[in-house]
Amino acid sequence: MNYQYVVQRLLLALLVVLGVTFVVFMIMQIVPGDPARVILGPYASDESVQGLRERLGLNRPFFEQYFRWLAGVVQGDFGQSLLSSQEVAPQLWGRIGPSFELAMVSLLVGLAVAFPAGMISALKSGSAIDIGATVFSQIGVSVPTFWMGILLVIVFSLNLGLLPPSGYTPITEDPADWLSHILLPAITAGFVSASIMTRFIRSAMLDVLSANYVQTARAKGLAERNVIVRHALRNALINIVTIIGLQINALFSGLVVVEVVFSWPGLGRLALNAVLERDYPLLQGTVFVVAVMVTVVNLFIDLLYFFLDPRIEYA
Amino acid sequence: MASAANTEKAQKALAEEQLGPANTLWRDAGKRLLRHRPAMFGAAVLTLVAVMALFSDAITPYDPNGMDFSDRFANPSAEHWMGTDDFGRDIFSRIIVGARVSLQVGIVAVSVATLFGTALGLAAGYGNRITDEIIMRAMDVLYAIPALLLAIAIVAALGKGIGNAMIAIGLVYIPIFARIARAAVLGIRNEEFILAARALGAGNARILALHVLPNVLSPIIVEITLSLAFAILAEAALSFFGLGTQPPDPSWGRMLSEGRDFFRQSGWMGVFPGLAILFTVMGFNFLGDGLRDALDPKLRR
Repeated sequence: MNYQYVVQRLLLALLVVLGVTFVVFMIMQIVPGDPARVILGPYASDESVQGLRERLGLNRPFFEQYFRWLAGVVQGDFGQSLLSSQEVAPQLWGRIGPSFELAMVSLLVGLAVAFPAGMISALKSGSAIDIGATVFSQIGVSVPTFWMGILLVIVFSLNLGLLPPSGYTPITEDPADWLSHILLPAITAGFVSASIMTRFIRSAMLDVLSANYVQTARAKGLAERNVIVRHALRNALINIVTIIGLQINALFSGLVVVEVVFSWPGLGRLALNAVLERDYPLLQGTVFVVAVMVTVVNLFIDLLYFFLDPRIEYA
Repeated sequence: MASAANTEKAQKALAEEQLGPANTLWRDAGKRLLRHRPAMFGAAVLTLVAVMALFSDAITPYDPNGMDFSDRFANPSAEHWMGTDDFGRDIFSRIIVGARVSLQVGIVAVSVATLFGTALGLAAGYGNRITDEIIMRAMDVLYAIPALLLAIAIVAALGKGIGNAMIAIGLVYIPIFARIARAAVLGIRNEEFILAARALGAGNARILALHVLPNVLSPIIVEITLSLAFAILAEAALSFFGLGTQPPDPSWGRMLSEGRDFFRQSGWMGVFPGLAILFTVMGFNFLGDGLRDALDPKLRR
């Protein structure tokens, strides 16, 4: 196997993370006028504005500011929250777990729906099931996530009383309670993922079904079941891994909304709180950590793809 | 002189006779699009939304911000087709005015993304390797941050409001257009008609504008349609968080966030704005899929 690709892919991920530090750093730089004045409001005294400028390092030259910020990030230091004056980093670490759990369960929900739906609509292309799956996935990519979340809460929590409307219990404390809290948010975020993936899985499977080796397998008299499971599905799986990677960005976008609607103690909700409180260091730390999570998941998927598909030679 | 013009006309007629009328790609695509039922459904929905947006002042039955505390939480009726909200405002009128906000945001945001993204993608695909690497790695960086989170962060920095929301939504979609344009350019940059243009002495700018761009338009048009869907969803989410449209102006996302506490009392407040977003976004998605099928017959399923 050509491990040069693995090394290259790792370096690229590092480069992306480095670039992200710059983009995240720029968040405070593009604040119109004086960020310290914007944060403190129009009635703050000039002295306190000047004090905050110094605390944030805003009076230093641009590149010095960036490299100081970068040096902090490398050491796991994201500065102090403006509101609570506490370190940003410890607030972030506690949020990664819940966000990651929600992302993974949403992805599982999405796959659990998309995999059978995509397969069946490819195998029975043009049937009522196929059309139904297409309509379902069109609704899924078009529905506003927060609206769907609210509707699910009204139906399943407030009216039927089946599941709690919001909140979080750590899985280590009470797994059953954890599951009851994660189901509604995961279904909300997973519905969008399922819709995107159903379409891709359907077309990946259709591609494979028309390939020569599938025709050959049929021609040599294999049972249709074997043709599909041993020849078509195996090859379609490789594409399906790519498909999961393609919608990671969309999945995490959706999670921001879902976390807010369901009061889930993750990074998305923390980011929105930071925005509403104008707590820029907290916002920067949160965006950075989410971007690193997305990059790591994508890296993992690319490497998985590489190990699954020995045919591909990466230059 | 007259005979020269006649000769030209005759040549053109001869060419048409042999090759069929000009612009057959677009004409064929148009025909295929008209036969595409979901796309036509999308176009019909969008026409309705556009009419609502363009003529909102003339067709709103009530002042969208006019309050009537004696008539709060009304159910749909002949006077109030979609009922009234917690301030007794007519929901139907607010939905109509909300269409204008949604379309404005969509158009401005997607224009920003298309212009910058396509330009960067053309430069990356057509330029040398270093240009390509720099541009595309920068796009990778932007794409590593979930689109909605990046948009929220940009609005947080620039300040909340509908104008900044449009800019933010546009900025986060630049990488998508850059990738699509670049891929399309790479597919044709070594074609003979590009070489021929260069041999005739055309400069890079001329080749890009007259020869490359027209040939990469179809994937970009498809992406524009699909991005409009994203932009409308993103505006709804930003307004839901209180970062987009500011009170008292109605936008579909804000109607849902303000009405959230009243949904159990009066479900209509939650149903109609959500349906308005759903159908408009679905309209763009259907139209985009139809355009993709129409413009690229090879991909048809």
